[in-house]
Amino acid sequence: MVDHQPGENLKITVEKMNFFYGLVQALFDINMNIPEKKVTAFIGPSGCGKSTFIRSLNRMNDIIDGTRLEGKVLIDEKDIYSPLADVVELRKKVGMIFQKSNPFPKSIFDNIAYGPRIHGVKDKSKLMEIVENCLVKAALWDEVKDRLDTSAMGLSGGQQQRLCIARALAIEPEVVLMDEPASALDPKSTLKIEDLINELKREYTIIIVTHNMQQAARVSDYTAFFYEGHLIEFGATEQIFTNPNQKQTEDYITGRFG
Amino acid sequence: MKNKRTSEKFTYLVMRVVTYIVVFFIAYILIDIFIHGLPAISWEFLTSEPQKSGAEGGILPAILGTFYLVIGTIAVALPLGMFSAIYLTEYAKQTKFTQSIRMAIVTLAGIPSIVFGLFGLGLFVITFDFGSSILAGSLTLACMVLPTIIVASEEALKSVPQYMREGSLALGATKWVTIYKNVLPYALPGMLTGSILGVGRAAGETAPILLTAAAFFLPELPTSVFDQVMALPYHLYILATQHPEAQKILPMQYGTALVLLFLVVGLNLVAIILRIRVRKKYKW
Amino acid sequence: MNKQRFKAKLIKYFLQSCGSLSIIIVLLIFLFLFKEAIPFIRDPGIGELLHSVWNPVSFQKEEFGLYPLITGSILVTLLATLIAIPFGIIGAVYISEVASPNEREFLKPFIEILAGIPSVVLGFFGLVVVAPLIKNLFGLNTGLTAITGSVLLAFMAIPTIMSISEDAIKSVPSAYKEASLALGASTLETIWKVVVPAALSGIIASVMLGMGRVVGETMAVMMVTGNAPVISLNPFTSVRTMTATIAAEMGEVTFGSHHYMALFWVGIVLMIMTFILNLISYRVLKKYGMNEK
Repeated sequence: MVDHQPGENLKITVEKMNFFYGLVQALFDINMNIPEKKVTAFIGPSGCGKSTFIRSLNRMNDIIDGTRLEGKVLIDEKDIYSPLADVVELRKKVGMIFQKSNPFPKSIFDNIAYGPRIHGVKDKSKLMEIVENCLVKAALWDEVKDRLDTSAMGLSGGQQQRLCIARALAIEPEVVLMDEPASALDPKSTLKIEDLINELKREYTIIIVTHNMQQAARVSDYTAFFYEGHLIEFGATEQIFTNPNQKQTEDYITGRFG
Repeated sequence: MKNKRTSEKFTYLVMRVVTYIVVFFIAYILIDIFIHGLPAISWEFLTSEPQKSGAEGGILPAILGTFYLVIGTIAVALPLGMFSAIYLTEYAKQTKFTQSIRMAIVTLAGIPSIVFGLFGLGLFVITFDFGSSILAGSLTLACMVLPTIIVASEEALKSVPQYMREGSLALGATKWVTIYKNVLPYALPGMLTGSILGVGRAAGETAPILLTAAAFFLPELPTSVFDQVMALPYHLYILATQHPEAQKILPMQYGTALVLLFLVVGLNLVAIILRIRVRKKYKW
Repeated sequence: MNKQRFKAKLIKYFLQSCGSLSIIIVLLIFLFLFKEAIPFIRDPGIGELLHSVWNPVSFQKEEFGLYPLITGSILVTLLATLIAIPFGIIGAVYISEVASPNEREFLKPFIEILAGIPSVVLGFFGLVVVAPLIKNLFGLNTGLTAITGSVLLAFMAIPTIMSISEDAIKSVPSAYKEASLALGASTLETIWKVVVPAALSGIIASVMLGMGRVVGETMAVMMVTGNAPVISLNPFTSVRTMTATIAAEMGEVTFGSHHYMALFWVGIVLMIMTFILNLISYRVLKKYGMNEK
């Protein structure tokens, strides 16, 4: 299993991770190294555990009753599940974009300012600066710069998702998790999001869950293939899609199942 | 075939009549009280004190008394009810403890109002030694309306979609900050609206305040929470049943009934209208 | 960081104590009722309650028999329920299945108003309008009878029965209706032969809840049922309910006297009756997935 190229830093390391929903085991013995400032894609058929896995990287599974994780998840070499770990700091460092865009019923400005305000930024001009920066990075600024005070609910689906990206960037994360960010969008908006991801990876480590293999091939540097809670194969995207090591990977890629 | 159709038409007719008999009865009560009560209502009636033990004069102290009791009840029951609801929706897990809380709420909702009166007498008036007072009455009424407020608040909280919580937590907010900034503001209108119904009940109830707060003839207006009060429902009860000149003072009775009815039904209508407006505001 | 954790724990425990308040209040209510009532067991003894005469204020012999009060409450409640059931159920069926949407928008809130009328106002109306009516209609000595109380209480129970039966009817899967109609049954037949039977448990639960409400009613009954503690099945006589007894006599008892304690026993019996009624209906509603309002 090829991890990464020499010279790349490892942002996230997962060691012997097992995950349980109550008595049901969802992830089995996952070991993975995710390089910094690259795009890593998780693919696999429905129910294979990729969403569960990505949500365990920012401990969003904690809010579900009865979940349990064994093993280690290290971000910048610190175990995020240690009893001393600060979940709030973790979620500042690791942002998340959800499958269905979920703007708050507030103004565009207040949506993006929500995160910084929570973390103590009160100065109006500083907030304005943050909002503008993030909207620019999310390729949304030109479209909304004249209506920052209008409700975010008035934006189109694609715009709302880019707003959510801007909102996540506002807290200055280092890692951005995206759980099927474009699955609810039309092809044009999807392409916009993919272009965005290409731009963002210069600054952020990006992990994206997708059920769309072509998207994974287009957008990611590394790909992990999950099946029924197991990590079947992890490697450079080009290698996975042209010359996979595991037969299961090949079967999935060529569409024999899933 | 035709026989069946006619007999069905007849059945529909019967159903319609039965339903509208109820409507008729309600309308009759409202109109009767309105017609007989309106002549008794005057500025004097609403702003002066009773004379000749209620046979003449006005009902200002009763109006004030009801007002004080309602304020007292809300002051206690609203925050406690809202916090209970927040605990139940946002924090509580499915444990025996949570189940017992829910059982307790349902039990409380079913306890007769006079039993609350007995309870208030035993605990607040006698044991805590508050005496018959606004304080004892408000606390008793608060216990009575607590379930209503909890249920209404829970409903309002549950109507805020889960993504509001997840989205906020994913941005690094703590649980309480998430609730305070991203759930509560959207649930609050619904919470308050639902609680108005509880308030309406508190204003109209006689039995709980019978033994804990109310008096018929008080020479002075209350100046502290430890004073007794006059109250609209109790005033009406005494005027109608124990006044020596009960027959003669029918207009006073009707006037009092109208004011009370106006207050309670008015509150209910406000609650219904607000509920519709709140539902329209956040079309999640 | 520890400060954050501490603050979060503090908030959680504060909210938890607010939550447990309901349990505490219920327990306190039980506690206080029993606290004041228990001395009666030793003197004059629980047997005193199992009597047919309630005459607590007497120079010769004080009697604390609960039977007249219990039968008074039961008589009034049963009558009221009997009156309320047809109106409540037919009304519920009409509103949910037959009425046009406009009608429904008017009927529902209008009947809710009935639920909001304070019981003392209904009692007053009963005193001034209904009692004379019944007196004249049936040629009685007085209009203050059990039936008068039942009529008023029926109209207090109707909104409860209506709204919960309505919920029950609405939650019948439309597949049942469609299957019946597809077999050629008329709408009316479908309503009464398929939908209503399917909603029956919810309807029964609504009736029990209505009964629970009626048993616990104080002011309206106190004002119109005549306040005569007798054991009678005749609806045209005056009776005394448990609730009216407590309300009427509590103000005048000496604290700690036998009479005082006996009244608390009345309260206990009342509590138990309403508790059982509510418990059964709650279980039934929960089992069929509906939560009462």
